[in-house]
Amino acid sequence: MEEVKQITLHPQGRTEEYFINMGPQHPATHGVLRLLLTLDGEIIKRVDPDLGYIHRSIEKMTEHDTYRQIVHLTDRMDYLSAHINNEAVCLVVEKALELEVPDRVKVVRTILAELTRIASHLLWWGVTGMDIGALTTFMYAFRDREMINDIMEENCGARLTMNYNVPGGLMWDIHPNFQRRVKAFIKHFKTKLPEFDRLLSDNIIFRKRTEGIGVLSAEDAISFGVTGPAARASGVSCDIRKKQPYSAYDRVEFKEILDTRGDTFARYKVRIHEMWESLHIIEQLIDNIPEGDYQVKTNAVIKLPKGEYYQRVETARGELGVYVVSDGKKSPYRMKFRSPGFSNLSVIDHVARGYKVADLVAIMATFDFVIPDIDR
Amino acid sequence: MTNEELKALIQDWVPDLEFTEDSKEFVTVVVPRGSLRDFLRKLKTDERTRLDYLFCLTGVDYPDYLEVVYHLESTTLHHRLVVKARTQDRADHAVLDTVSDLYRTAEFHEREVYDLLGVRFTGHPDLRRLFLTDDWVGHPLRKDYTDEANIINR
Repeated sequence: MEEVKQITLHPQGRTEEYFINMGPQHPATHGVLRLLLTLDGEIIKRVDPDLGYIHRSIEKMTEHDTYRQIVHLTDRMDYLSAHINNEAVCLVVEKALELEVPDRVKVVRTILAELTRIASHLLWWGVTGMDIGALTTFMYAFRDREMINDIMEENCGARLTMNYNVPGGLMWDIHPNFQRRVKAFIKHFKTKLPEFDRLLSDNIIFRKRTEGIGVLSAEDAISFGVTGPAARASGVSCDIRKKQPYSAYDRVEFKEILDTRGDTFARYKVRIHEMWESLHIIEQLIDNIPEGDYQVKTNAVIKLPKGEYYQRVETARGELGVYVVSDGKKSPYRMKFRSPGFSNLSVIDHVARGYKVADLVAIMATFDFVIPDIDR
Repeated sequence: MTNEELKALIQDWVPDLEFTEDSKEFVTVVVPRGSLRDFLRKLKTDERTRLDYLFCLTGVDYPDYLEVVYHLESTTLHHRLVVKARTQDRADHAVLDTVSDLYRTAEFHEREVYDLLGVRFTGHPDLRRLFLTDDWVGHPLRKDYTDEANIINR
């Protein structure tokens, strides 16, 4: 007969620590990210992210590509902020060449960037509800996001990876229907956004899952380099659109949304308010697109003067930095993308400790990770 | 503080530091690797600089050394500074001190620089490869890294 091994409980009645893998294929990571969790029962003791499942070495590829080609690589990083990533590279090239783009370009870029931000936050809102167990939000969000994708498709031919920016301006002029359709979207979305609050924000289950969960202090947010809505929910003023305005952000009026609670619900709420602010920015610009050229003529092969250039932009996730070291050739000597997701992920261990595995899903949802943005 | 004031203040602290003119936007200062940590700690804690936010940390491969670039910003005083440190060589002495205890974001960023460029940071709590597997040979962002299967040289 087989000997039955006797199971003894820990003297203090506590369980042994053990590991589980969250991912690389996990519905709540929205991509191939593996988190090694050290658990005591259901309490998280440590989170060790294992990256690189979709590392494509974009930084190495830039060293062999021309600046025009590099623009096309960047929308494969944070694909939900594709337009803003493209803009960052174009802005750094224009800064290095000391090129002043026409006002028309600046305004159109800003409108599209804010539409991108709304589309990104919409997707985030849909999947956040879904992660926490409310499947309906996904359908609501995608209904409205579809309108933005249609505008993008009509305007530049692509729905997700736009590549509408080129160094010196835009690839072509805006579509004749652009203004009309954007205004129709604003009108539609203004009636739908309050529904979001009624559906999810004020839901008692949702509140219990998010309030007081995953609290991040302002000091830690700064130290860990957390940016974007995640940092602003902790009261850190970090909006690049306000701090170092680029494109047309210096000529529009908008509020930087700040919260001081720093928990999962605060991060949620900041993004909801940001959608209102984005609508407000678009409203100010959509009827005031200046006449003029949509592009400045640049050389077919762009060579940046020797030196170092840095450009920061505010994507839907936070601060994207592009650092270029040029030695005067057609490709950069070194190019670094400081992606918001990478720095935001580094705080996850600190934030999730002491909470339960189910809370980690809620915390991850409101940090809004896009895995290609982390891996690059 | 303006760039000129910042530069003057640093020259006042440490007289013979090298300033580079690579960037038109930021004051760029090269510090000796031995005093890197003390220098950054002073920049972070001093009332006049308060550079508490490390918004970018990256490495660059040069023929004779590896350079690590620290982009710093003050969240209260809103000025920016770039600090650079260079390793002694690209092989056995590619070593710098960690700043991960001053700026927690450096924990991840230093692991990335170690993984892709091979700079070893002494004092880092957990210096492992970040993107690549533990048995990977070489550091892909170095200029002399070759991989005939995956890198096409044009």
